[in-house]
Amino acid sequence: MQILTNFSFQNRSVTLVFSVLFLLPVYTSLTGNEFYLDLVNRLMILAIAAASLNLILGHGGMISFGHAAYLGIGAYSVGIPAYYDINNGLLQLFLAVTVSGIFALVTGAICLRTKGVYFIMITMAFTQMVFFGFVSIEEYGGDDGLVINTRSSFGQLLNIENNLNLYYFILISLVACLFLIHKIVRSQFGLVIEGSRSNDQRMRSIGFDTYRYRLTCYVIAGCMCGYAGALLGNFTNFISPEMMDWSASGELIFIVILGGTGSILGPVFGAAAFVILEEWLSSLTLYWHFIFGALLIIVVLFAKGGINGILTYFGSGK
Amino acid sequence: MDWVLFVTQILNGLQLGVLLFLLASGLTLIFGIMDFVNLAHGSLYMIGAYFCATLTEITGSFLFGILLAIPATMLVGIIIEIIIVRRLYVQNHLDHVLATFGLILCCDALVHFTWGPEGMAIPLPVILDGQIEISPDITFPTFRLLIIITGLIIAGTLYLVITRTKAGMLIRAGASNRTMIGALGVDIKTLFTLVFGAGAAMAGFAGMMITPITEASIGMGNDIIIVTFVVIIIGGIGSVKGAFLAAILVGFIDTMGRSFLDTFLKLIFTAESAETAAPALSAMLIYILMATVLTFRPQGLFPPKGR
Amino acid sequence: MFKKLMLLATAGMLTVGPVAAAEKVKIGFVTTITTPAGVIGRDMVDAVNLAVEDIGGKMGGLKVDLIIEDDGFKPAIGKQKTDKLVKQNDVDFVAGFIWSHVLLASQKSALDAGKFLISSNAGPSQIAGKLCHKNFFSTSWQNDQTPMAMGQLLNQKGVKSLYIMAPNYAAGKDMSAGVERVFKGKIVGKDLTKWGKGAQLDFSAELAKAKASKAEGIFVFYPGKAGGAFIKQYAQAGLQGKIPLYSVFTVDSIALPKLQKAKMNGVMGSMMTQFWAPDLDNAQNKKFVSGFKKKYGRYPSFYAAQSYDTIFLIKSAVESVKGDLSNIDGMRSAMEKANFPSVRGEFSYGNNHFPIQNFYSREVVSDADGVWTTAIRKVVLKNHQDTYATQCKM
Repeated sequence: MQILTNFSFQNRSVTLVFSVLFLLPVYTSLTGNEFYLDLVNRLMILAIAAASLNLILGHGGMISFGHAAYLGIGAYSVGIPAYYDINNGLLQLFLAVTVSGIFALVTGAICLRTKGVYFIMITMAFTQMVFFGFVSIEEYGGDDGLVINTRSSFGQLLNIENNLNLYYFILISLVACLFLIHKIVRSQFGLVIEGSRSNDQRMRSIGFDTYRYRLTCYVIAGCMCGYAGALLGNFTNFISPEMMDWSASGELIFIVILGGTGSILGPVFGAAAFVILEEWLSSLTLYWHFIFGALLIIVVLFAKGGINGILTYFGSGK
Repeated sequence: MDWVLFVTQILNGLQLGVLLFLLASGLTLIFGIMDFVNLAHGSLYMIGAYFCATLTEITGSFLFGILLAIPATMLVGIIIEIIIVRRLYVQNHLDHVLATFGLILCCDALVHFTWGPEGMAIPLPVILDGQIEISPDITFPTFRLLIIITGLIIAGTLYLVITRTKAGMLIRAGASNRTMIGALGVDIKTLFTLVFGAGAAMAGFAGMMITPITEASIGMGNDIIIVTFVVIIIGGIGSVKGAFLAAILVGFIDTMGRSFLDTFLKLIFTAESAETAAPALSAMLIYILMATVLTFRPQGLFPPKGR
Repeated sequence: MFKKLMLLATAGMLTVGPVAAAEKVKIGFVTTITTPAGVIGRDMVDAVNLAVEDIGGKMGGLKVDLIIEDDGFKPAIGKQKTDKLVKQNDVDFVAGFIWSHVLLASQKSALDAGKFLISSNAGPSQIAGKLCHKNFFSTSWQNDQTPMAMGQLLNQKGVKSLYIMAPNYAAGKDMSAGVERVFKGKIVGKDLTKWGKGAQLDFSAELAKAKASKAEGIFVFYPGKAGGAFIKQYAQAGLQGKIPLYSVFTVDSIALPKLQKAKMNGVMGSMMTQFWAPDLDNAQNKKFVSGFKKKYGRYPSFYAAQSYDTIFLIKSAVESVKGDLSNIDGMRSAMEKANFPSVRGEFSYGNNHFPIQNFYSREVVSDADGVWTTAIRKVVLKNHQDTYATQCKM
């Protein structure tokens, strides 16, 4: 727990959320209810991906409709080496982060020249290209996807074939990513990004090359989401181009907005709400997509701050 | 190259282009005038298809089915505009994307609930069901030719409406400067509702045109809406002319890619790698086209003036 | 307030514990219920419900507890649901699975947990070969078998040149490879079209090419909604009567009612191959088909037939151990014998637990009531085993 108390942005909710996450496995192992551990694993991975998207979307105003590409690239960075029996975890994570970074750099350089809806759509277009690219590579399963039989191996250090170890590995990754984002947002770099969102012209006239700042931010977000993708590949033991589909990118945006863009915990709340809703609604009725969609519209129309906004509202009113 | 095949494929490309235009023109106007990103435009395409299939079944006539389904789809569009979309105009693009993504899920679930999961077919009248002889060598499905002709007629009418009428003038004015037409004292609310309704009707009509070929099915709109977005982005948002040219261009490129890319690749690569690469590459072609266009013209080919 | 909310949320999540294993056989059934492919899932669920009804809701003295889950046509969701079935519901059998990729994604979750996994449709080559597992069983076929039978049929009919169309995904490639492996004539053209989400349903360009190729036959594989769309365009493009249609998994009881409604006479008389047909002559099949038609008012599809068999396979296992569900080895060896009334008649299991069975040629006909269906013509492959069985070390 040492790491948690070191958070300078800590407040009660952060401590509470991570305490619950930290202690959850104790509870599930006592009750023998391992399925919830899986749900929370998925939740935390989605939270990392959403947090990385929030960095460019919430803080930078760059509405990427193609963020799922990095999840896919990250996951295939685990899957393809594993296909050739190369299970070195550090190598796989390195691949996931660098390939995602390079992809973000190349596409970002083009995308960031456009604005508004054009940006939304061109980010989507690049992701579609990656999607069709992986669909066509029959060697790695094509449309059928690829089974990852062995998870990333970290030698004697850590064995994530064990579900409990994987859980804590993901939890620590989540904490680290949120911490990193927190640091970035509070740095001068972060201020330039925020500034460029609200008034790009002014930031440029002060003398900041905002294009470079935004591109750097875009690459950082890509790398982080690639990392989340590597975790996802390990967690599901399976990857397919499906996870890069445009609706997957839409779901990531949904998570970010649902949680609220302004805060560090927003993506965690968003991911939690998303996973719980999906699980609960789908058990309720065959037509659960209707409730899900209606909820989306309601959140957009009436709950501007997302879950975090609602909680803050109640929290302060207490 | 086999020229009979080539001519047939040009016609096929034209047919796809025209269909895309029916969707893209409404979308680009809604986009250009209301500055509204409507992912759910494809849902209206689906609703039009289901309405037409049902009404054709009831009336026993494809023509009556269409004539009744067009106003019905328009009505649905208007209701959606009044209940949900209207409140979204003041919000940002991100909210539009999300809310209309939600709308897609709602529409798909409602259609699933109403019509079941299996989809619906529309039988064509016998005169439309065959082929027509264009030259002694070339025969072409009659119905597809009909799509091309009606589509071109609608495109022409739309052009006249936009360039020659008062409503068209307002639309043009709205596409280049929205605040201005409000300041001129035009009833913006009604104009917006009507444009949305007209867009819905055209999208629905496109759905009715494709259903005798592919059947109406849940999610059919989601498949085509992304391509439609590609079209209006390439054309330049708000430009109907741009949407028309881009739709035809995308229609041609997609069809030509599907028909000749593998032959072409076989000239360069081995037969086997050409066979695997061709389908993927032809699926990617339009996205590559869009990225290329945006690299050189970040606002598309024909950005409306004054933006 | 905030703490209360969190507590409520966690409490809500955790109270739903696993129900203590009672005197029940729990069967988890994963299929696609939402998305357009839901029409296949509905047929399967209907068949499974019918089967449970037909056995009086009991097997080996235990009540049958059926838990249906929707995979949403997505591998990741399929795996998630399988995890849930295994860990939360603690099922004894995981069955269902339409799609190869969903099955591939989910198999590890079920098998690693020591559960039986029964595929009611998907038959990817990996699971028949390298990834074969002692607790996996199939009540369908391996992907390659049906098109191989088609290749054989084409040879018998003396077709010299063939045009191939299939969706561009692994099963589509398997199907096309299966025909090519056996067919002795010339392949004059082949199109693999876009599949998955945003699948291509307008085949104008491909049909124009097929027509220009002047092939003696066209072979297609378009499952689900694409099948109906293809047949219509095949007729509209004027290929009917010029290039005969040979298909696998395309013209089925799901597509035919719609085709009949749309008066697509072009499909009449077209040929396909399959391991089963509604008119296959055995007692179990007669009971199944008439029961299904009576209850749901339509012909069952092959998906339904395989799902119906799934329940009877499980029943044979549970009965052999007299309801002692902890006797995994006993149940396995019972299933290996394939000693249950199957709608396909007698068959046996290969070493990889895929059926060794007959494949028939079928033709689209109109039945006594004027309803379009398919009728068996003859046996094309007798007691056929898939080619991947040799790669399975079991």
